[in-house]
Amino acid sequence: MNLLFILFFPLLIGAYLLIAKPKHAFIISLSASILEAIATGFVLYNINETLLPITFIQDWIPEVGIQFSLKADGISGILIGLCALLLPFIIGSTSNTEKANHAQYQGLMLLMQSAMMGAFLAKDAFLFYFFFEASLLPIYFLASQFGGENKSAITFKFLIYTIFGSLFLFIGLIFVYLRTPGATHSADIETFYLTARNLSAESQGYLFLAFFIAFAIKMPIFPFHTWQPDTYTTSPSQGTMLLSGIMLKMGTYGVIRLIIPMFPLGIGIWGNTAIVLSIIGVIYGSIIAIQQKDAKRLLAYSSFAHVGLISAGMLTQSFDGIQGALYQMLSHGINVIGLFFVIEIIERRTKSRDLAQLGGITQSSYALTVCFIFLSLGSVALPLTNGFIGEFILLKSIFDYSLILGVVAGITIILGAVYTLRLIQKSMFGNVSRITTEFSTLTLEEKMVLIPLSIFVLLGGVFPNAILHFSEESVMQITQLLK
Amino acid sequence: MSLIYLIPLLPLIGFVVNGLSFPNISKQLAAIIGTIPPLVAFILSIQLFVNFDGTTQILHLADWIKLGDLQIPFDLQIDALSIMMLLVITGVGTLIHIYSIGYMSHDQGFGKFFAFLNLFIFFMLILVLGANFTVLFIGWEGVGLCSYLLIGFWNQKNSYGNAARKAFIMNRIGDLGFLVGIFLLIQNFGSTDYATIFSSIQQGDVPDNLGLIAFCLFVGAMGKSAQIPLFTWLPDAMAGPTPVSALIHAATMVTAGIYMVIRANVIFELSPDVLKLVGWIGLSTALLGAIIGLFQNDIKKVLAYSTVSQLGYMFMGLGASAYSASFFHVMTHAFFKALLFLGAGSVIHAMSDEQDILKMGGLKSKMPITYLTFLLGTLAISGIPPFSGFFSKDEILAHLYHHDLLMWSLAIIGSACTSFYMFRVFILTFWGEFRGTEKQASHLHESPWSMTIPLIILALLSMAGGIINLPHFAGGNEFLAHWLAPLLPSTEPLGEVSFLSLEMGAPLIAAFVPPMLAIFIFSSKKLIPSEDGQIQGIQKIIYQKFYIDELYDLIIVRPVNFLSVFFGQVIDFLVIDLFVEGIGKIVQYASTEFRRIQTGNVGYYVFMMVISIAIILFMGLKSWIL
Amino acid sequence: MQSIPDIIRTIPLAHYILLSSALFCIGILGVLTRRNAIIVFMAIELMLNAVNLLLAAFSSYYSDPSGQIFVFFIMAVAAAEVAVGLAIIVMIYRNIQSIDIGILNKLKN
Repeated sequence: MNLLFILFFPLLIGAYLLIAKPKHAFIISLSASILEAIATGFVLYNINETLLPITFIQDWIPEVGIQFSLKADGISGILIGLCALLLPFIIGSTSNTEKANHAQYQGLMLLMQSAMMGAFLAKDAFLFYFFFEASLLPIYFLASQFGGENKSAITFKFLIYTIFGSLFLFIGLIFVYLRTPGATHSADIETFYLTARNLSAESQGYLFLAFFIAFAIKMPIFPFHTWQPDTYTTSPSQGTMLLSGIMLKMGTYGVIRLIIPMFPLGIGIWGNTAIVLSIIGVIYGSIIAIQQKDAKRLLAYSSFAHVGLISAGMLTQSFDGIQGALYQMLSHGINVIGLFFVIEIIERRTKSRDLAQLGGITQSSYALTVCFIFLSLGSVALPLTNGFIGEFILLKSIFDYSLILGVVAGITIILGAVYTLRLIQKSMFGNVSRITTEFSTLTLEEKMVLIPLSIFVLLGGVFPNAILHFSEESVMQITQLLK
Repeated sequence: MSLIYLIPLLPLIGFVVNGLSFPNISKQLAAIIGTIPPLVAFILSIQLFVNFDGTTQILHLADWIKLGDLQIPFDLQIDALSIMMLLVITGVGTLIHIYSIGYMSHDQGFGKFFAFLNLFIFFMLILVLGANFTVLFIGWEGVGLCSYLLIGFWNQKNSYGNAARKAFIMNRIGDLGFLVGIFLLIQNFGSTDYATIFSSIQQGDVPDNLGLIAFCLFVGAMGKSAQIPLFTWLPDAMAGPTPVSALIHAATMVTAGIYMVIRANVIFELSPDVLKLVGWIGLSTALLGAIIGLFQNDIKKVLAYSTVSQLGYMFMGLGASAYSASFFHVMTHAFFKALLFLGAGSVIHAMSDEQDILKMGGLKSKMPITYLTFLLGTLAISGIPPFSGFFSKDEILAHLYHHDLLMWSLAIIGSACTSFYMFRVFILTFWGEFRGTEKQASHLHESPWSMTIPLIILALLSMAGGIINLPHFAGGNEFLAHWLAPLLPSTEPLGEVSFLSLEMGAPLIAAFVPPMLAIFIFSSKKLIPSEDGQIQGIQKIIYQKFYIDELYDLIIVRPVNFLSVFFGQVIDFLVIDLFVEGIGKIVQYASTEFRRIQTGNVGYYVFMMVISIAIILFMGLKSWIL
Repeated sequence: MQSIPDIIRTIPLAHYILLSSALFCIGILGVLTRRNAIIVFMAIELMLNAVNLLLAAFSSYYSDPSGQIFVFFIMAVAAAEVAVGLAIIVMIYRNIQSIDIGILNKLKN
């Protein structure tokens, strides 16, 4: 029942906001997201106590064996935790703007949360697919209604590109579904595991490709990434936060939840290529980020690079790789929304994201600089920040997989420092520019968002065990399957 | 809870308090909050030193990363080596904190500066106290961060920011090597604990790729300790406030690489090839630094190259397996180089931020304490007996003499260069006529007590620091070597030497003759080196640091920047996205073509319908008809 | 007195097929070539009747009444169709003062 609550509660409030358009949308959605976070925390606490998954099963379309079944274990627990944790901050980041009491805007964000929660909780493959696709709608409207320059063309490209990928996923799902035992078949993910693993290597290879393309576009992985910098740049900041902080994790989650347990032979054929592509993306994205002029675009490429590392790590199929990937998903989500928010704050005050025009912000806003440096350090994986734990484990797993690939992927820690420090230098340090002379200090609401995020960066780096322990059991089950 | 925890904890508290309260508290309070923690930590370290019974003690602080079978705990290790490092860091650190109270007194970022210094002390203590390579890595990267923050402390100036970024990025290159080393250790030993790794190696469990591990660790050391090819950040790092140069870029952080190699001596001893590389890299760096130092006119740049060169000596010593000698040099170098930097800082402070020695001169009478202490530092670094530098450098040279005669003779040349350029700086700064502006001349003054007291203490240490490892021939008992012995491979004692032998005589000549030459050139003949712009020929090449920065710019920075633009503008937009957009374009094109079928004419539609029905019927009946 | 099916059976089946094919083709040609909506409409009716004829013929030859039931169905539907269709034609005429289907190309845009 708790699962149902955390799944449908944002949906209900979101629908209410969309339909009734109340005046105080901000306070309603913020309190809804906080309540949601508390409820999710409660669910996670229960899982952590017993280390057993919580499930909810209800027949949905029994004629074709599709169930409305939800399951929260150590893996999905981390992701629903991430989703529930970040949303109050994302909603909070709208405070004092015209978007704060824009009921439609707030409602769409809550709908988005509901869809993403559904994708992370689904135990039934078609339910997963349903939520996977459903999450596109709110983000589409968020980006196409409230975005920046050239929004409709860019958002449309993003939508079509993602749906194009999902098509392959859908075909693959049906293929496996038709091979499940029983007259009515079954779309249960665990039945899928058993069925898909017994397929021939050849069909597993094709299925891997079908699934992987869908997830690779979502994450994105080189060379399926060209929608991403544009979309991240054009979307309103909250849209970008949702996309990069949570939504792309549906792709990585899909790989862990579906691809790795289902197609061991398929990964045998294509896994190496996929890892190499991911690592190319890491280096490629980092190098592009070095010379970006638009701060948001720079972060978009940096996010692309980070996700490449996550993907490479988990595709090694090792315990370390999956654990590291989960940890890094969490860290990356926290860091990236913080960084995007900093850019949003700068843009609000100066109406610009052009690094050539910024500079010297630290002289007027010391607190912003401190938070920004904290979040950046998480992003460059300095020890004692959350990013380090994730990247350390991921790099270790890639390194165990192949020494050369590990070293190449490791170059990211150098390039990451190069572009992040450039970003800090060009925006925070240096001389005050024309547009940053009257830079006002952070408001209380902005501090309420940035400071907790900065603290999470530190906590994640000092006490990683709580989370590593939380997901250990479930990851172990997946790696057991591979033996 | 043991008091040992307090040693790293206190600076951390200092950092948090000062960092959070900046800029809302007064400078006096910030100074107290900043200076007390290292001082108390120093007292605790002394207590630890006095009570140390020779056994290695591992304190389990907390679990950190637990990943399947791999456990990486937050463990602290107290042994002979870490205690010595503790003393140097907290001792020199405290002096530099006190010095900074005076030096930074006019700066707006006073509290912030102390916060960063405390954070640095914290990370440096973690670095030396860590009981495994991963905890060492925390400190390793942490001090890099502090170095970044402090080099770019005056962040309005873009060139300072660039220097800070350069330092951090070059360190990161080394860190990647170090990280790879850690992964290899985990692969081979399933742990990063010193105790586990070293004992299993000592029990004969030597993996095949131990040489690779040693190499990777050494790459880390190259970055942190500014060795060829990763040394160019250190001279640029002089952009930071002078106390920072003294503490981080001379006395402590840059010696972390040497500390790490000594710590991992078990690994290095079994990798003779890498050890040889260490020696030769050290030698080349020592020579390069010394040669570049000959023609620099910026007082801090000279000291920076001298640091690079001295670090080279330490690595040379490590290459010859003379670990305790290198560590001895780490300690004496910490004393005299901190002294020299602080002295230079005192001069710069008096000269209103002028760093060019061509504009100084004759400061002897105006700043007597700085003058005397700087003289002691110069004598120490030049290796003139009986100052501390003589003993430590001589010990390294003595080991080299028995290890490799070629290295030894090159090292002597480097040492001669060192004493020449140090006296050159000394004479041009303090002797002769004042060459600065009127305004500067009127402003000249001796520094306040908070700056001179650390200078005096460090001068005493530079003078007498040799005592801690006084060799037998000078009546000592090699205390440091015995102290560290349990952690190091057993070495043959070097034979007794007489002052008249080549082994002893050459270093002495190298120490005494160049200063005389310097006095002759710059004092008796009153020759002043040419201005920066007028340097010609080979001098110019040396003055421009052999154009190494430009070379790196050409072969690394520019290609990467080019690639960045190329990938971003060309590959992304014109290749990959063209393909993606191409699919869209094909669909659009097809749609415009297919649209033509839809004429809108009802008759035409009916006709098409009939034709289609006919075709379908024909297809359905085909088998029946044929 | 012969029953109606018997009378139908007095003519060979092939003749029915030929006749209804001919009627059907005339209908098709009418639909394709004429531009007057009412004529097109009548041609459609002609095709329906061709089918009806064939259904009735087969029904009696195979003694299966379902064919005739179909015929009734078609007749009922055709009647409804005529009602609606003529109404549409009247409306078209009121709007464009013509019942020439060549003018009705509004579907294009």
